Amino acid sequence: MRWLRRFVLVLIARPIARVFTGADIIGREKLPLKGPAILAANHASHVDTILMLTLYPSKGLDKVRPAAAADYFLRGGLISWLSNTIIGIVPVARDKAGTGADVLAPVREALKAGDIVLIFPEGTRGDGEEMAQLKSGVARLAADVPEAPVYPIWLQGAGRVLPKGEAVPVPMNCTVLVGDPLHWQGDRKAFLEELRVRLEDLKAKAPPQRWA
Amino acid sequence: MDAVTAFFAQQSPVVLWGLGGVLAVLTLAVGITALLPVIKPGGDFTNLRQRIASWWVMIALLAGALLLGWQAFTALMIVISFIALREFLSLAPVRREDRLIVLAAFVAMGINYLFIILDDYGLYRVFIPTYVFLIIPFLMACIGQTRAFLATTATFHWAIVTCVYNLGYIAFLMRTPAAEAQPAGAAGLVFFLLVVTEANDVAQYVWGKLFGKRKIVPKVSPNKTWEGFIGGWVTTSALIWFLGPVFTPLSGIGLATLALFLPLAGFAGDVTMSAIKRDIGVKDTSALIPGHGGLLDRADSLTFTAPLYFHILAYFALGHF
Repeated sequence: MRWLRRFVLVLIARPIARVFTGADIIGREKLPLKGPAILAANHASHVDTILMLTLYPSKGLDKVRPAAAADYFLRGGLISWLSNTIIGIVPVARDKAGTGADVLAPVREALKAGDIVLIFPEGTRGDGEEMAQLKSGVARLAADVPEAPVYPIWLQGAGRVLPKGEAVPVPMNCTVLVGDPLHWQGDRKAFLEELRVRLEDLKAKAPPQRWA
Repeated sequence: MDAVTAFFAQQSPVVLWGLGGVLAVLTLAVGITALLPVIKPGGDFTNLRQRIASWWVMIALLAGALLLGWQAFTALMIVISFIALREFLSLAPVRREDRLIVLAAFVAMGINYLFIILDDYGLYRVFIPTYVFLIIPFLMACIGQTRAFLATTATFHWAIVTCVYNLGYIAFLMRTPAAEAQPAGAAGLVFFLLVVTEANDVAQYVWGKLFGKRKIVPKVSPNKTWEGFIGGWVTTSALIWFLGPVFTPLSGIGLATLALFLPLAGFAGDVTMSAIKRDIGVKDTSALIPGHGGLLDRADSLTFTAPLYFHILAYFALGHF
């Protein structure tokens, strides 16, 4: 089904995303084409995932897999099929977090298999303005798979195209900013702080595609 | 092969020669950029190369649409207006509550172009300046956010009038009946507008680079000078005066009016859009066109020259409008 995913993402989703968002990207050449690697992005909209997949250089696209909440995206039906076949998600059982279950195991396996995993360290969609506190999952992954560099990615404007709770998308320009990768240094708190600073730096460089 | 020959045979020879001229100028530019590293070793000409490569694409799209006729050209202008409007409303201060008003602006764009497709100039002329002007603030009032209300209505009006209504005039020119669009057809009218507007931008730039000393609007465009402005004005006026009769039905006072005011309008469009960009705090409106920036960065002068050109033609020569 790899050909179907490539076909839909490159020939259908990519033109639509360009028309709706302009899809400018700063630092495209930094994006890894081979795994293991972690793409850590801010999160305000379902558009975030689509934007990353449609902007990704075709050479690396087969490897890119967004980590996504199993409780939300794998409820069956068309959404499940799309999430598995086209988006290619790595399921995270968000609802089982804190019960002692190893909810990040599928992500770790994907990384060990050489995939490029897109994660949203805030854990859920925000309002697109202020970043929520980063959850520790990204640091745990970096610690468990230290050979995977973590790329900070700022997605500007996607939260306006389709905010949380809205059904009608509106065309608005979006910009993706790719930062230099971080490597695991051994300290979880310091790692999260460094990632947050790098994301804020990218945000400061983004064009003012935000609400007044 | 016969189809290709027939396609070109039905075109206005003047427009084909004009397009040939544009391609010759572009080829010359490519030749010069190839020589530049020899003349000035160590210089970085990446931006210049990108700019010229992008010109090929822009000219191919515009020329193709022009030769295919008003339907194709209107389709292209819809895409151009859509991108320009999207760029404008994405950068300008628009409030969270206005998300659906942004969508309404795109709907207004669709209706505006529908009037071009229906060839109904009477409705076109009043729809955006009168009715969209009133309806957008009313819809905003219904949503109920009153903070920065007046300023936001102005933002929407500016975006819609420049990106949709004013650029739409270019598409509407293609509806000029063949009998009136002498001597080079409707495509000739549009071609001439695009050429003189871009030539004006280039002439101002070149005169400014060569002789520029006195800044003309330092707070808005620090690189613009009186020398560039006046040199560009004179050059473009002469170009319009001599080439105008080849592409348009204008002569005498009508032609003189165009020659006098179009370069001014081009300059005004450039400077006014620069002031808006400076206010917003961006240099480019997007990264759509490599070497140029966003679509609005390229079309800024056109948002001012297109309505002026249309109105001068309508007043002096075209009974259809």
